[in-house]
Amino acid sequence: MSVAEVGELDELAARKIVIREAWAVGVATAAYGISFGALAVAAGLDVWQACFLSLVMFTGGSQYALVGVLATGGVAAGPTAIASAALLGTRNAIYGMRMAPILGGGWWTKLAAAWGTIDESTAVALAQPRPHLRRVGFWVTALVIFIGWNLTTLLGALIGDALGDPRIYGLDAAAAAAFLGLLWPRLKRLQASAVAVAAALVAVLLTPVLMPGLPVLVAALVAVIVGAFNWLGTEKRA
Amino acid sequence: MTMWQIVILASIACVIFKLAGYLVPARVLDNPAVSRIAELLTVALLAALIGVQTFAQGQEIVLDARVPAVIVAAGLFALRVPFIVVVIVAALVAAGIRALT
Repeated sequence: MSVAEVGELDELAARKIVIREAWAVGVATAAYGISFGALAVAAGLDVWQACFLSLVMFTGGSQYALVGVLATGGVAAGPTAIASAALLGTRNAIYGMRMAPILGGGWWTKLAAAWGTIDESTAVALAQPRPHLRRVGFWVTALVIFIGWNLTTLLGALIGDALGDPRIYGLDAAAAAAFLGLLWPRLKRLQASAVAVAAALVAVLLTPVLMPGLPVLVAALVAVIVGAFNWLGTEKRA
Repeated sequence: MTMWQIVILASIACVIFKLAGYLVPARVLDNPAVSRIAELLTVALLAALIGVQTFAQGQEIVLDARVPAVIVAAGLFALRVPFIVVVIVAALVAAGIRALT
């Protein structure tokens, strides 16, 4: 066997591993589209609006945020709901900056890549050692989640529609648990944990004095202040 | 605002941020404060949403079945139980407490 052939076998094996990883992450993520669909309907959206969000917005954290604020504040909290979703979407811009040089391509590729840029596709891609494996990881993860997430959102919305009062089924607690699940992997550093505790406190304490939705936005200032001065942060990050 | 306007505007805002990442030069990332704030922003917003979703009812702070449900969820996440299972268990805990009280 020549060196080139051995390289090719390695290549195939590596590809297989990436694709398997992408599917595992994709299927697991897509599964909780059901909870999003159900929560969206419980918050007052109709089935089509829930599906529109998964199709166009397609970024779980922002989708949950929009629906979460609307659930507490109703349509009157629209502007703050939009702002919360948009602010949570800012991290996708950072992901895009990381992925752009890896994915390359023309305008259509960039458009498709931007659409598919979410926590999971970026994470699977960046976990790969070589550029073309990163591309495979990104596209497979994005595609599996996109298809799965939209199907499960529809399913969840239809189930939620049939359920009626969401509180009887504990769907409000499910929403809080969903946010907790999105937050959990990000609490590895002291700085992040401190910001989380402070932001939660600020949001809850401001609830009686500000209109629904606003406490969440004010709590976001904690991140800006702590981040700008790098309180509790390490000196330098790789 | 109608619900559709909210849904469409929020979607446009999120798509713009996604596209921005592919159009803005990567040099912006060289400023460590930018990526640090973006990461902490995610943490702060999610934590604030947990707080409000757990304790707020309209503009009131209430302690109800959501609190034990979220505590159980935290314990399960610490044990690395999968997302969807934790979310379902949290709903069951809250629903169970409400059915019994």
